[in-house]
Amino acid sequence: MADTSYKDLSLNGLWKNNPAIVQLLGLCPLLAVTGTVVNALGLAAATTMVLICSNTAVSLIRNIVSDAVRLPAFVMIIAAAVTCIELLMQAYTYELYQILGIFLPLITTNCVILGRADAFASKNSLAPALYDGFIMGVGFGVVLVLLGALRELVGTGALFANMDLLFGPSAANWRIVLVDDYQAFLLAVLPPGAFIFTGLIIAAKNLIDMQIKKREDARKAKPVKGAKRVRVTGTIS
Amino acid sequence: MPLLRITSPHAHGPMSTSRVMQHVLLATVPGIIVLTHFFGFGTLVNILWGGIVALACEALALALRGRPLAFYLKDYSALVTSTLLCIALPPYAPWWLIAIGVASSVLLAKHLYGGLGYNPFNPAMVGYVVLLISFPVQMTAWAPPRGLGEVPGLFEALLACFSPASFDAVTMATPLDVLKQNNSLLLEDLWQENPQFGRWGGIGWEWASLAFLAGGLWLLYQRIFTWHAPVAMLVAITAMAGMFYDNGSSASGGSPLFHLLSGATIFGAFFIVTDPVSSAVSTRGKLIYGAMIGALVYIIRVRGNYPDAVAFAVLIANFTAPFIDYYTQPRTYGHARKGDS
Repeated sequence: MADTSYKDLSLNGLWKNNPAIVQLLGLCPLLAVTGTVVNALGLAAATTMVLICSNTAVSLIRNIVSDAVRLPAFVMIIAAAVTCIELLMQAYTYELYQILGIFLPLITTNCVILGRADAFASKNSLAPALYDGFIMGVGFGVVLVLLGALRELVGTGALFANMDLLFGPSAANWRIVLVDDYQAFLLAVLPPGAFIFTGLIIAAKNLIDMQIKKREDARKAKPVKGAKRVRVTGTIS
Repeated sequence: MPLLRITSPHAHGPMSTSRVMQHVLLATVPGIIVLTHFFGFGTLVNILWGGIVALACEALALALRGRPLAFYLKDYSALVTSTLLCIALPPYAPWWLIAIGVASSVLLAKHLYGGLGYNPFNPAMVGYVVLLISFPVQMTAWAPPRGLGEVPGLFEALLACFSPASFDAVTMATPLDVLKQNNSLLLEDLWQENPQFGRWGGIGWEWASLAFLAGGLWLLYQRIFTWHAPVAMLVAITAMAGMFYDNGSSASGGSPLFHLLSGATIFGAFFIVTDPVSSAVSTRGKLIYGAMIGALVYIIRVRGNYPDAVAFAVLIANFTAPFIDYYTQPRTYGHARKGDS
């Protein structure tokens, strides 16, 4: 992860090295709380905030902390950031805080955060580290919200229910009913649905990658002019 | 994980996959006739519509995976899956319920795992469980058997399937349901108050079970499967029910005969437990596998949240099948027994 150009960082965080569907990190919250868009969005925002805070702090102290104690130091920083976010959510979005429950404090153990702190922030200066934290959080969040939307849509036939938990009372009527008289499909909202839909998202990502690769290969493979026949007899010295 | 390998000498099996599947389909016919007699044409409509959906899903999956269509469509495996699932569904189920169940069976449980012969879980039971946990209301709406209610005709059955809103479904709790809800009556009184209990296991169900038993015994005679797994399952469920039967107090789980002839016990024992792909394959393994399903069926029926449990028990046992096979590997011919040297 030596290159620190912002374009590469963005591409890595959002697609090539996406924490949720390529590195498969942080699967526990990914599977557990993505039953609806609002839950997914809440957890995505919290995780992104923690990632930004921890990456910033780790980058600032990277030259002071010795290698031997770096992991405990990082975990302390992350735990402190998580506690702050948790208190903030408790203050401003109390109902969502109750719904997310144990998965908020558990952000501390989310491997994405420690992974980015150790693999990137502890080796880079402040600006790239901050940006990396932000873009990794966004990459994680996009998958979270996509999964939440898919599960909510298939499970209940509507989208954006209870958005007032996150955006205040004015968002209470954001719920869009896409299919009237929809028979609730409980499987999608229950844990097995999370596994099935995560699998489908990963499959879709791989399919797109394969298509891109195929197109690139087709463009690269030009017939070589004046190619000679391969020598098949005798010895080659 | 090293899995079971059968070593030589090998015997040639004269039955092709499609022949086996045809036999299984034929063996379900007596049971289907009895179900149709007692509950009307609902089961038949289920099976026909489910079959169409199954073939469509199979063709779609094969086309997406770039496999030869005709070769796999002709092996009847999709039809067997959908038929077994549709027999288990309540008659007069709406079309979308059947379509979702069959699609989950064929696409999710079979083709996502690699197609015929690669599925670790029984596809029909995966479809059933998907439906049961997703649509509990529709999945527990069983029609009353002949003698206790009007049995709808063919036209009404089609109406119920394809235009569910315009069909007034008459439903009745199944004997297993009633037993599950009971917490105050002695079994004898329960039997008298609820006419659907019939003689042993419920009007309709007891005869359907016997018809499936006949079909299963014919399959056994045709050597489609061996006796080990079904017998182990039936013995286990009888033993469990016998052990905990207290002559019919209100807390009783029901007599062994009731558990054998009610619900999906016989159907499961001969048509689901014997699935050659997802079950254990060694001889001792089959005994353990079947006994485990029998015990689980009783435990979930009496202690769990759902009235019947064959599907859950089979799926749980499917998990353990590779493990069972690993520890019951038969002795290779010509090699020493353990301990001999």
